[in-house]
Amino acid sequence: MNFDIALLLIQDGLTNGAIYALLALAILLVFAVTRVLYVPQGEFVAFGALTLATLQQAKVPGTAYLVAGIGAVTMLLEIAAALRARRRQGLGVSGLLYVVIPTALLGLAVWLAPRQPPLLVQVLLTLALVVPLGPMTYRLAVQPIANASVLVLLFVAVAIHYVLMGLGLVFFGAEGWRTPSFTSLRVELGPMTASGQSILVLAASAILIVLLWQFFGRTLWGKALRATAMNRTGARLVGIPTEASGRLAFTLAALFGGFSGVLIAPFTTIYYDSGFLISLKGFVGTVIGGMVSYPLAALGAVLVGLLEAFASFYASAFKEVIVFSLLIPVLLWRSLASRHVEEEHDE
Amino acid sequence: MTPARIAAASFVVLLAAGPLYLPEFYITSVNYVGLYSLVALGLVLLTGIAGLTSFGQAAFVGVGAYATAVASVQFGLSPWLGLPIGLALTALVALVLGWLTLRLSGHYLALGTIAWGISLSYVFGNVQGLGGFNGISNIPPLPLFGAKIQTAREFYYLIWACVGLALVALVNLLNSRPGRAIRALRNAAMAESFGVDTARLKVVVFVYAALLAGLAGWLHAHYLRFVNPGPFGVGYSIEYLFMVVVGGAAHVWGAIVGAGLITALKNWLQDLLPKLFGTSGQFEVIVFGILIILLLQHAGGGIMSRLARLFPPQRAAAVAPERADDLPRRAAPSRGETILDVDRAYKAFGGLVAVNAVSFEVRAGEILGLIGPNGAGKSTMFNLITGVLPLGAGEVRFRGERIDRLSSRHIVRRGIARTFQHVQLRPTMTVLENAAIGATLRGRGGVVPATLRLERPEERAILFEAARQLRRAGLGGHLYDQAGSLALGQQRLVEIARALAADPVLLLLDEPAAGLRYQEKQALAGLLRGLRQEGMSILLVEHDMDFVMGLVDRLVVMDFGERIAAGAPEAVQADPRVIEAYLGAPG
Repeated sequence: MNFDIALLLIQDGLTNGAIYALLALAILLVFAVTRVLYVPQGEFVAFGALTLATLQQAKVPGTAYLVAGIGAVTMLLEIAAALRARRRQGLGVSGLLYVVIPTALLGLAVWLAPRQPPLLVQVLLTLALVVPLGPMTYRLAVQPIANASVLVLLFVAVAIHYVLMGLGLVFFGAEGWRTPSFTSLRVELGPMTASGQSILVLAASAILIVLLWQFFGRTLWGKALRATAMNRTGARLVGIPTEASGRLAFTLAALFGGFSGVLIAPFTTIYYDSGFLISLKGFVGTVIGGMVSYPLAALGAVLVGLLEAFASFYASAFKEVIVFSLLIPVLLWRSLASRHVEEEHDE
Repeated sequence: MTPARIAAASFVVLLAAGPLYLPEFYITSVNYVGLYSLVALGLVLLTGIAGLTSFGQAAFVGVGAYATAVASVQFGLSPWLGLPIGLALTALVALVLGWLTLRLSGHYLALGTIAWGISLSYVFGNVQGLGGFNGISNIPPLPLFGAKIQTAREFYYLIWACVGLALVALVNLLNSRPGRAIRALRNAAMAESFGVDTARLKVVVFVYAALLAGLAGWLHAHYLRFVNPGPFGVGYSIEYLFMVVVGGAAHVWGAIVGAGLITALKNWLQDLLPKLFGTSGQFEVIVFGILIILLLQHAGGGIMSRLARLFPPQRAAAVAPERADDLPRRAAPSRGETILDVDRAYKAFGGLVAVNAVSFEVRAGEILGLIGPNGAGKSTMFNLITGVLPLGAGEVRFRGERIDRLSSRHIVRRGIARTFQHVQLRPTMTVLENAAIGATLRGRGGVVPATLRLERPEERAILFEAARQLRRAGLGGHLYDQAGSLALGQQRLVEIARALAADPVLLLLDEPAAGLRYQEKQALAGLLRGLRQEGMSILLVEHDMDFVMGLVDRLVVMDFGERIAAGAPEAVQADPRVIEAYLGAPG
């Protein structure tokens, strides 16, 4: 390997790593706030990429119908819950969130799609269609058993992954898509030529990460999420509704997932089931961060991206094996560093 | 015969007669159910009982299948040799993975096994020697005394014989000394305090589950006579987990019920859904996913927990025998000898000094009360003695040996048994089984003898001893009740009986009277007096003054981490510093 190839691989690795970092942060956020190991995070990546790809073909993306459909189911659940509790309070807000907005989005998508709007509008519409699926998923699948053990929540997460992946097949079909590059710009950076696309990904990821950091540090809701992550009971006692925290965490995760999908779509062909493997690389990042540290998780994810780039150059067939083998030294180190006996209270 | 036994027996008869009335297609399906059941049985132990989970079971099936395929096709070895080779490989991988992840919290095993499962299917698919994505074909059938086990009907018996044996082995294991320790794994601190090496036991359980998967892999390879990477991916591992969730993770029969149900449902949906959607594809995963979510939300225990309610067992699995050999007992110290010596114990949490240079000793055959108002540092002191917290400075000696650097697992070995302030019983195990956990260190039978029921004399002795301690605590009428169904006062007594079953020299009781009614406190005091009579030494941490006053021989009073008084109860009661600590300074 010569220097040029190495630079190219580093560029590739950093680009993928930046996307994995977004996923790692989202996964960590969801785990910290709700204790759900968020396996379905990858489906939001696939949905984001496939929605954008469909919009670029001037067709109405399946996500538009999916949002309206799942929204309707969520509304039915809310009505049933309201009837049981004999309380109509909050139904108006639910109606807005789960019926009015999704229907409006569907209308917007049907109207906009054939008109081939500019790329930025397509991206915004993609995010608008993907993000509501996050809180709906939380409401439908997680909220009713939010206090169950980590193990049960993991099963629920895997089940959500299956449902969303299957729905992806129904609404997007089995075909894979790859979007054209956002920009054909190339930038001379000393000895290397960086593609504008890669720079765009790095910049966008960096901006999103800084925004998340500011959100945690500066806003009341960000602080509420951190409080819930530290101590659920304590957060509840000081008046933070843990359901709302959970919903917010899932919303942010969907945003990060959908955005990652938009970013990754020009690099690789995405199928309805591609998300699983992509999000697992985010998981490797979070494990490197010990499932607690945001900066370490992001760094770990970048490391995964770099390792993957070099692995695909040297032994492309074993790329995934090499990436996941990275877990072994990490787990070994964590295992040797920990001494206390874990306690799980789940009855 | 009980209804549960009739149900099980009719199932076995229907199954055994299967080849006589089932058409070929169903024979194949039932064979698959058998293979899945084997894997699911391992997951019942791992997930349902021990509370761990693995997304790598299909990969273990793959190791078993590929090992025998390579051994018999490429090396021409007998298929019967492929079994031990496959099992050895499976065990090795499980050992490494388990050792890496199982000392960390549960989700690391889940993530580690997902990574392992995915990696392995890529290895299967990309290694030339393993046939790549085309796999290995022409695997020989199983030779048997000159004949062959080859057809689906022949394999039917072999597969289900394996399932039957695995089921019996698992039931045997669960009703044994190591089995009870496995069932206590979810209360790791409690299990450790009775000598269970929880990290090691988790690895054992993980390897056990992996071996069942490896066995299924061996059967799979010689039954289909062909292996390829497809059935060993993470998707199948998830399906095995779904089987266990649907069937009921806490019941051995849940494995078979779940495997049967998911297989039937999958066959049916794979026919139905493509017609509905107009194209083919894996649409059944949507239905499975929704089914699992609804099941977890509304019926966490799976189908078997419903069935088990229909057929309640008439007889507990573990029954105390009328008589049995005595378990070996520890040599008791002579009365009055100092057995526990706490020497200037010190513990700080950040800037807060919880225990500041506190010294006291416990002598053989006495009840020493350690009292003090809330926040005095009593519980911290208790945790320092039991090895739950490391000491900041000072020493704790037990019968002359320093124990302050030992973990709770090693402290109980030396003859100190404890109870918990917040009751730590396994609510779904019987009172007898809970008490028997206390005697864990007094037996030696491991997983293999337990599976083969070779440790029965020892098992009888343990159950006899547990029942004896329970009767002594006044719980003779509740031996076979579920521990979770008892009142709090009775549960505290079970905790004491469990501690006594460990044959301790020193009994440490952490607020045993908290939450008890007056009569219950009287009964408890009576029990403790009786124990003292027999020469037991007791350290009682309490904050209920009335309860300790008439009971203890000596008192040590703590306040704000300091020892403020010590001596006979009457003297301590009159001590102005004690009165001030409890009632506030006069004026």
